[in-house]
Amino acid sequence: MTDIYLGADRATDAEAAAVDEALRDRGVDAVVQPETERLYTSGRSRRLERRHYLLPALHALQNAVGWISPGGINYVAEVLGVPPAEAFGVATFYDLFRTEPPDHDGDTFHVCVDAACQIAGYDDLVASVRASGGHVHLGSCLGQCERAPALFVQGTGGRPDYVPADAEPFELPQAGDPSLRLLRRIGVADPESLESYRAHGGYEALQRAGEMGADAVLEAVAASGLSGRGGAAFPTGVKWRAVAAETGRPKHVVANCDESEPGTFKDRIVMEHDPFAVIESMTIAGLATGAQNGWIYIRGEYPLATARLQGAIDAARAAGLLGPDAAGTGHDFDIAIWRGAGAYICGEETALFNSLEGFRGEPRNKPPFPTTHGLFGEPTAINNPETLLNVLDIILDGPDDYRTRGTERSPGTKLLCLSGQVGRPGLYEVPFGTTLGELLELAGGVAGTGEFQAVLMGGAAGSFVGPDSLDLPLTLEDTRAAGTTLGSGVVMAFDSSVDMTDVVVRIAEFFRDESCGQCVPCRVGAVRQHETLVQMQKRGSLSPSRRALIDEMAEVMVDASICGLGHTAASAVRSALSLGLIASAPS
Amino acid sequence: MTGAATMTETAVTITVDGQPVEVAEGSTIHAACVQAGIDTPTLCWAENLTPVNVCRVCVVELEGSRALVPSCSRPAEEGMVVQTDTPRVRHSRRMVLEFLGSGVDLSQAEDLHDWMEAYGADPDRYSDEEHPVERVDEPVKVQDELYIRDYSKCVLCYKCVEACGDDAQHTFAIAVAGRGFDARISTEFDVTLPDSACVYCGNCVGVCPTGALQFKTEYDLREVGEWRPEDQTVTRTVCSYCGVGCNLELHVQDERIVKVTSPSDHSVTSGHLCIKGRFGWQYVHGE
Amino acid sequence: MFGAGGGTSSYAEVEEADVVLLWGSNAREAHPIFFHHVLKGLGNGSRMYAIDPRRTSSAKFADRWLGLSVGTDIALANAMGREIISAGLHNPEFIAHATEGFEAYAAHVESCTLDWAEEQTGVPAEAIREMAHAYATADKAQILWTLGITEHHNAVDNVVSLCNLALLTGHVGRWGSGLCPLRGQNNVQGGGDMGAIPNKFPGFQDVDDDAVRAKFEAAWGVELNGVPGKHLTLMFEAMEAGELRACYVIGENPADSEANIGHARKLLAGLDILVVQDIFMTRTAEMADVVLPASVAWAESEGTVTSSERRVQRVRPAVPPPGQARHDIDIIGELARRLGADWGHPSAEELWDEMRALSPMHTGMSWERLDASGGIQWPCPAEDHPGSEFLHGWLWADDLDGRDPAPFSIVHHAGPPEELTDEFPLRLTTGRALDSYNTGVQSGGYASPIRYGDAIDVNPADAAELGIADGERVLVSSPRGSVEMDVRVQPDIPAGLTFTTFHFPELVDTNVLTNDEWDPRSGTSEFKAASIRISKLEPEPAPA
Repeated sequence: MTDIYLGADRATDAEAAAVDEALRDRGVDAVVQPETERLYTSGRSRRLERRHYLLPALHALQNAVGWISPGGINYVAEVLGVPPAEAFGVATFYDLFRTEPPDHDGDTFHVCVDAACQIAGYDDLVASVRASGGHVHLGSCLGQCERAPALFVQGTGGRPDYVPADAEPFELPQAGDPSLRLLRRIGVADPESLESYRAHGGYEALQRAGEMGADAVLEAVAASGLSGRGGAAFPTGVKWRAVAAETGRPKHVVANCDESEPGTFKDRIVMEHDPFAVIESMTIAGLATGAQNGWIYIRGEYPLATARLQGAIDAARAAGLLGPDAAGTGHDFDIAIWRGAGAYICGEETALFNSLEGFRGEPRNKPPFPTTHGLFGEPTAINNPETLLNVLDIILDGPDDYRTRGTERSPGTKLLCLSGQVGRPGLYEVPFGTTLGELLELAGGVAGTGEFQAVLMGGAAGSFVGPDSLDLPLTLEDTRAAGTTLGSGVVMAFDSSVDMTDVVVRIAEFFRDESCGQCVPCRVGAVRQHETLVQMQKRGSLSPSRRALIDEMAEVMVDASICGLGHTAASAVRSALSLGLIASAPS
Repeated sequence: MTGAATMTETAVTITVDGQPVEVAEGSTIHAACVQAGIDTPTLCWAENLTPVNVCRVCVVELEGSRALVPSCSRPAEEGMVVQTDTPRVRHSRRMVLEFLGSGVDLSQAEDLHDWMEAYGADPDRYSDEEHPVERVDEPVKVQDELYIRDYSKCVLCYKCVEACGDDAQHTFAIAVAGRGFDARISTEFDVTLPDSACVYCGNCVGVCPTGALQFKTEYDLREVGEWRPEDQTVTRTVCSYCGVGCNLELHVQDERIVKVTSPSDHSVTSGHLCIKGRFGWQYVHGE
Repeated sequence: MFGAGGGTSSYAEVEEADVVLLWGSNAREAHPIFFHHVLKGLGNGSRMYAIDPRRTSSAKFADRWLGLSVGTDIALANAMGREIISAGLHNPEFIAHATEGFEAYAAHVESCTLDWAEEQTGVPAEAIREMAHAYATADKAQILWTLGITEHHNAVDNVVSLCNLALLTGHVGRWGSGLCPLRGQNNVQGGGDMGAIPNKFPGFQDVDDDAVRAKFEAAWGVELNGVPGKHLTLMFEAMEAGELRACYVIGENPADSEANIGHARKLLAGLDILVVQDIFMTRTAEMADVVLPASVAWAESEGTVTSSERRVQRVRPAVPPPGQARHDIDIIGELARRLGADWGHPSAEELWDEMRALSPMHTGMSWERLDASGGIQWPCPAEDHPGSEFLHGWLWADDLDGRDPAPFSIVHHAGPPEELTDEFPLRLTTGRALDSYNTGVQSGGYASPIRYGDAIDVNPADAAELGIADGERVLVSSPRGSVEMDVRVQPDIPAGLTFTTFHFPELVDTNVLTNDEWDPRSGTSEFKAASIRISKLEPEPAPA
C-alpha cells in the first residue's frame, strides 16, 4: 500500500523479460491495472497478494544479468508494488544476490569455507577454479560436506545454476542394507519417475491416510512419538494437532528445505533421490491439518533437489495426486516451490516465513508460534523433509511398529550426516540409541591420522565432544544429558592433525557472517566473539578476563537473542574451550 | 455524541517483582511494569510504533521461559510471574548497552546514559590498542537543509523505518539493507534523500533515539557548540497550514524555533507531522 | 442541509470505515496527517475509491481510481444514487424515519443511468456500479472531499449531491459513517465557528434570526444589523459596481489568490482605501494604504483554532512578535478605541468566555479544559459534556430529537461553464503540492528539497501532439490571459487535462488563467476548470 516512487533508472530489456517470464509462469500480473485511461485498479489487497513474488523476481534479475541493478529493482517495484528501498533491503540480505555490477563475465563459483571444506582444503579447489578463469566467491556451507570441498556454480546470462559434483554417480554408503527405513528407496527407485516411486510403495501411505481420515492420522503421528529432526525436536503430533484445531483462516504446510547448518546435507540427499516421498508426506500433512497450501522453501544452492522436486510436483499433479481432491482423499492440496537465496538464518522457521513472504529473512519473536501465526500470519505446520518422511512409515506400519526402533523417548531412526575425517563420509540411517563409536565404526572409523581428536555434533550451532564420548548413545535424551546435541544430525570428525583453533575461529566467523543483524545481542555479540577469538589466535593465548568475557557474551546471546542463531552462536566455541581443543591456558 | 463503541475490557493479573499488577488484556509486560512504577529501559519501543523487540534492552525474566523475554512486546497473560531485576536481567541489559556503545557513538543517546551507569556498562572493554574492535564509522550525510543522517550513531532500532513505513508515513524511503553488523538503514542503492522517495515529513527524525537522524537546525547548533536543551522552552500549539489541526511542540532557544515535534499521545497526529508542519516555520523569523 | 457546517465525523472513524470515497481530494498532499488516518483504515482493510480527474498521489493508494471529467461530479453522484435505488440497496427504514423528499429524488435520478453517467464522466459504468454497491452495502462508509468538490461554480450542488448518497444509505449520524469536508486552512473551520461568515453570528447562529440577534444585542449593548453581509466574491462584484470603496483585509492575500487575478487586482487598486493587517508584506499589502503588522497567530499569540473534525484547540505564543508587530486582538481593540469604542484590553481567554456564553455549541469548552486536553469537538454544550465525536446522531433518534427530517435535494448535472473550444482545447485544473501552501507566503520560507515550482502537468500524448518536451518552457493561455510555464510530462493525468499549482505567484501567475465564475451560494470560484491552450514559445532570436 504505497504510492511507489521510482528513481530515473529503468530496466534493460533483458531484465524486464526475465522478470516478466518469472512472474508470468506464476500467473502474476502487475499490481496497478489501468483498465481504461480513466479507471485504474490497484490497492492494498493486490499488493499483499503479490509481495511474496519478490524473491522469485529478484532471482530472475540476478540470473539474467548477474546482479540486481537499480533499473531492475525499479521494474520489480513497479510490477509488484514493493517500495524500491524495501526491495533493495531484501536483495542485500542474501549471499546469492549482488547489488553492484559484477566485475567479471560469466558464472560465479561459490566455494564453501566451513569446517568440512576447511579440513578438506578448499584452497586447492579455489586455485583450480581460478586457473580456469572462474570467478570465485567464498562463503558459508553449501550442504555438500560429504564430498568436500564443495562447489556450487551460480549461472548468469540465463544459464542455470549447477553443482558439478551432481554429475558424479551417487551411492549411499549403506546401500542394500535391509534395515534402512527412511533411505530404503534411495538409489533404488528412479527419482524422476512417479511409476518407479509407486512400484516401491509410493503413495500407499497417502491412500491409507485418506481412508483413515485426518483425526486418525493425527492420532497415529502423536502416538508414534515423532519429533522434529531440525534440531528443536518438537513433537510433530502436537504441532499438527494445533494447526488442525485452527479454523476459519487459510492454513499452510511448509517443508523447511533450507538446511544450511554446516555439516548438514541429509535433506538434500532425500530431496534429490526420493522427491516424491517429500511430496507425498506433505500431502498427508495437509490432509491431517486441514491445510490446502503446501510450500517448499529450498535453499538456493540446491539446484538438483529443486529440479527433482519440481518434476515430482508436476508428475503428481498430472496424476491427480496434487490439486483438487488430491489422490481422491477429498482434500484439496497443492505445492509451490520457493527458492532461498543464501542465508543460513532462513532455516529458522519464522525467518523462513518472512523470506518466503518477500521480506528480509529476519526471525520473528515467539510467541505467537507458527501453528497460529505462521506463513502470511496464518496457521502453519512447518517440518523438514526428514521429519516428514517418518510419517509415511508411521501411517503404513502403525505407531507401534514405528516405536520398535529407537528408544522409548527417541523412537524411530535418525539420519546422520557423517563428514570430516571418517572413512566413508555420507548419509547414514541408524536407530536412535546407536552409540557415537558404533556410528563412526559404520562410517569406516576416523580417517587421516586415524587418531581421533574431536567430533562436532549438530553443526556450528552444536558442540564438540571428545574421544571420551564414543560410548554416548545417540538419542535426544542422552545427548542432552551429556551437554551436547544431535541437532540436525551432523557428526563431523576431526583427527589429531587438525588445528582446532582455525576451525573454531571459522565457526565464530560463520555466525558473524550469518547473523541477520536484527537483535543487538547477536548482531554485536557474534562480532565481538569472533574478534575475541581472533585476538586469541594472534596472541596464541586467552587471558582469564577474555575467557570470562566469552562466557559473559555467550550468556546474553543465549538469554536475550530473538532466535536460535543467537542462542547457539557461542555453543561450539565454549565446548571447544572447555574440552581444551583451543587455547586452554595462557601460554 | 460519543459513539465510539467501548469494548468491555477483560483484565489480567500478573506478578511483577512480587507485586500483583492488573492490566487490560492485550497489554504488554512493559505496560504492567510502567503501571507498577517499575522503570524499564527501552530503546526500540515507542508508544506510537509497533513493537519490533530488537534491541532487547527491556528483557525480563518470565517464570517458565527458558530465555528472557522482551517486555515491550510480550502480552501479559493471567498468572505470569515476572522478575525485572535479577542478575540475569541485569547482565543482559548491561551487555546490550555495552554492545551498542562498543559499536556506535551513543554520546547523544541521552536517555541511555543513566541506564548505562545503572547497569555498569563499559563499552570500552572490548578493544585494546593492539586490537581495536569494529565500529560503525561513516561520514555524516548532509544532503539538504532539513535533516542529516549520521549512521555512526545508529543503533538499528528500526524506529525510523517504521515511521517512514506502515506505522505512519507509508513512504518507504528507507529500509534496513545488508545483514549482520553491516546492516544499515538505507535508501535503495544508498541514493541521496532528494533522489529517494523521501517527502521530508521528518517523522524518522522525530522517533530517532540517538541523534543519528537530526534536524539540520539542531545539527548546526551542535556543530558550533550552541545546542543548549537546558535553555530551551517547549510550547504546544497548532500548525498554521492545512485544517487538520496537528499539534506542534515548538522547541525554542534564544527566542528562535530550533526544532518542531508533535506529542505522540495526540489523537490527531500520534506524534507524526508533514513537511510543512515540521519544517515550514522559518517564516516566523522573517526568513 | 443538516445545519451547522462542519465535518460530521472524527478522523478516528475513517480508520474503521469499510468503504471510503475520497472525492475531489488529494489529501495525501493537502492533508497529509489526516491521510495517515485513511492509511490506518486501509491497513485495517477498508476499500477506497478515489474520484478525481487526476490520478493523484492519494488516488494511487486507492483500490480503484475513477478519473471523471472535470465538473461531472453530480452526474456521477446521481448515477450512484439511481443505481443504489434500482438495485434495492438503499435504506428504506432510515429514509422513512429521518428524511423527506425521497420520492422526488428517486424520480429525478431515474434518468441518470450508468450508461448516461459513463458518457458524462468518462468513467466506465461497471466501476460506477461497483462503487455504488460497495458504498451502499458497507457497514461503515465515509465520503471525504476537498476543493475538487467546492471550487466549482456549482459547489453547493456538488456537496448536496454527496449528502443525498448518505441519506439514501444511512451513512451519516453514527460512528464510522459520515461526510467530511477537509478544511484547507488551519482555522477556516474556526473562522466559521466564530461568525466570520456574512450571515452568521458565532456558533452558526443566523444574523437574520430576531431572537438570536436580540441575544447578541443584549450582550453587547448595541443594535446589530440583521441583513446578511457579502462574501468575498460578492465584495469584488460590489467593488466593480462601485458600491464598495473601502476594504480591511486581515490575513488574506486576494491580490494573488483570486481567480482571474488581473481583474481582481484592478478592483483592489481602485478602492478609496485598502487596509491590510498581515504578518507578511504580501502583494495585497503592497497595494494597501495602511499596513498593520500583525503577530503570527499560532506561534506568537494566545487563542484557539478549530480543525476539520470540529476540534477546538489552543494555540500559544512560543516566541515574541518581531519589531512593531502586534497581536490581532490588540490591533482590533486599538482600532476600536480610535473609532470611539473602548473595549479595554481583553485577554484571549476573556474573549473566549464572552463568545462561549453566546454560542451554545461552545459553551462547555472552558479555557481550562481546552488547555488541559488535546482539544474538544463541538458541539459541547456544557462543561461536563465530553464534546461530540460525530454529528447528526439525531437522525437515528426515535423522534429525531424534535427536529425536521433531513431533506433530499434535487441537483442537476451541469458541466463547467467554460467549455473547451478549438481556441482553448485543454482543460486546466489547479491544486496543491505537498510541500507548499496557497500563495506560498508561508511555505516559501523554507528550503524544501522536493519543491519543483509551478509547472504545468501534461499527458504524454498531448505533449507529443503539441511537440513539447518535459521541462520545456511554454506559453499557457486562457480567455483571460497568458503566462509562461515549464511543462512536466505526467502519465498520471489523462489526455485533455492539465494541472498546475498556484504556490509561486511571483514566478507564475497561475490565477491569471483561472475562471472567476462562482457559486452564488458559497461565493467560491471555479478554480478547478478553465479552458486553455499551450503553445510553444517563439525561438529566441539568434545572437547577432
